[in-house]
Amino acid sequence: MTALPPFQTLLDEHAGDVMGVLRGAVGRGDAEDCFQETFLAALQAYPKLRDASNLRGWLLTIAHRKAIDHHRASGRRAVPVAEVVEVAVSDPEPDDGIWEKVGGLPPKQRAAVALRYGSDLPHSEIAAALGCSPEAARRSLHEGIKRLRRELA
Amino acid sequence: MKASLERLTERANDEDLLDVAYTTSDSPFGPLLLAATPRGLVKLGLPGHDPETVLEDLASRISPRVLEAPARLEQTRRELDLYFEGKLTEFALPLDWQLSRDFRRRALREIDRIPYGKTRSYTEIARGAGNERAVRAAGTACGANPIPIVVPCHRVLRSGGALGGYGGGLPMKEALLKLEGIL
Repeated sequence: MTALPPFQTLLDEHAGDVMGVLRGAVGRGDAEDCFQETFLAALQAYPKLRDASNLRGWLLTIAHRKAIDHHRASGRRAVPVAEVVEVAVSDPEPDDGIWEKVGGLPPKQRAAVALRYGSDLPHSEIAAALGCSPEAARRSLHEGIKRLRRELA
Repeated sequence: MKASLERLTERANDEDLLDVAYTTSDSPFGPLLLAATPRGLVKLGLPGHDPETVLEDLASRISPRVLEAPARLEQTRRELDLYFEGKLTEFALPLDWQLSRDFRRRALREIDRIPYGKTRSYTEIARGAGNERAVRAAGTACGANPIPIVVPCHRVLRSGGALGGYGGGLPMKEALLKLEGIL
């Protein structure tokens, strides 16, 4: 068992990735709330965490659950137009609206794409974060990419 | 991202999830690491002590819920600034003694009672802590002081008046004694 590092280290090293994944999963407008919920839940559970060998995967798993909770709570709202406009005005990163498209994918595909391209995670860690086999993770990713290609074509 | 992280620290504090708050503060001797629990200042890391190692130690000995939260250390920082300017002779900030136990804690409490501008010998500290013969242990307690400067182990000298030792190096001990008008 490795000692748990100061929680600040987790923020310094992984906050950007968690935010990236959440933006992909729930859209920019709601990512902030999910981000807060993710890290508060992590902080709550942290002292009892038994395995510190994959803190990044642990955080992304929590982020993924928070994103799913968020979608359940809001009943898969149709993309509100006001939100898209707001993003277009305030978004400093030119991403061609691709993440909004990712946000429209079915949950598993969306999470797989966000974890792969938002966080640069390998298939094994995506599988760990999604709680499925690496094969299933690969399939979700593949389906998601195929669908994005179709929509962007 | 910065705003998100600040909001998170604030909420962690409000929801009692911030067990150890820390920040760094400039001093005439270099950056100091300040760390506090909800009870009070628990650790002051002197320049030359690797902050990362200090924080890891706090994570394992107190709680891994360690976050950078300068707001929780405002009073400490203010009092230290005044002290270094020679405008403060007694710290009023609450302390958390949990990193020291038994004889060491008694010795440090004894040291905490030495007034500004005065000194004591290691022997006097040992006597005050309940064991006059534990002079060497009194010296060890000084060396292991988790809250130097605020708990003024720099005011403890050898019986003949020699400086003894200091965790921040002898030049720093000398400078603190000069600041207080002792040297």
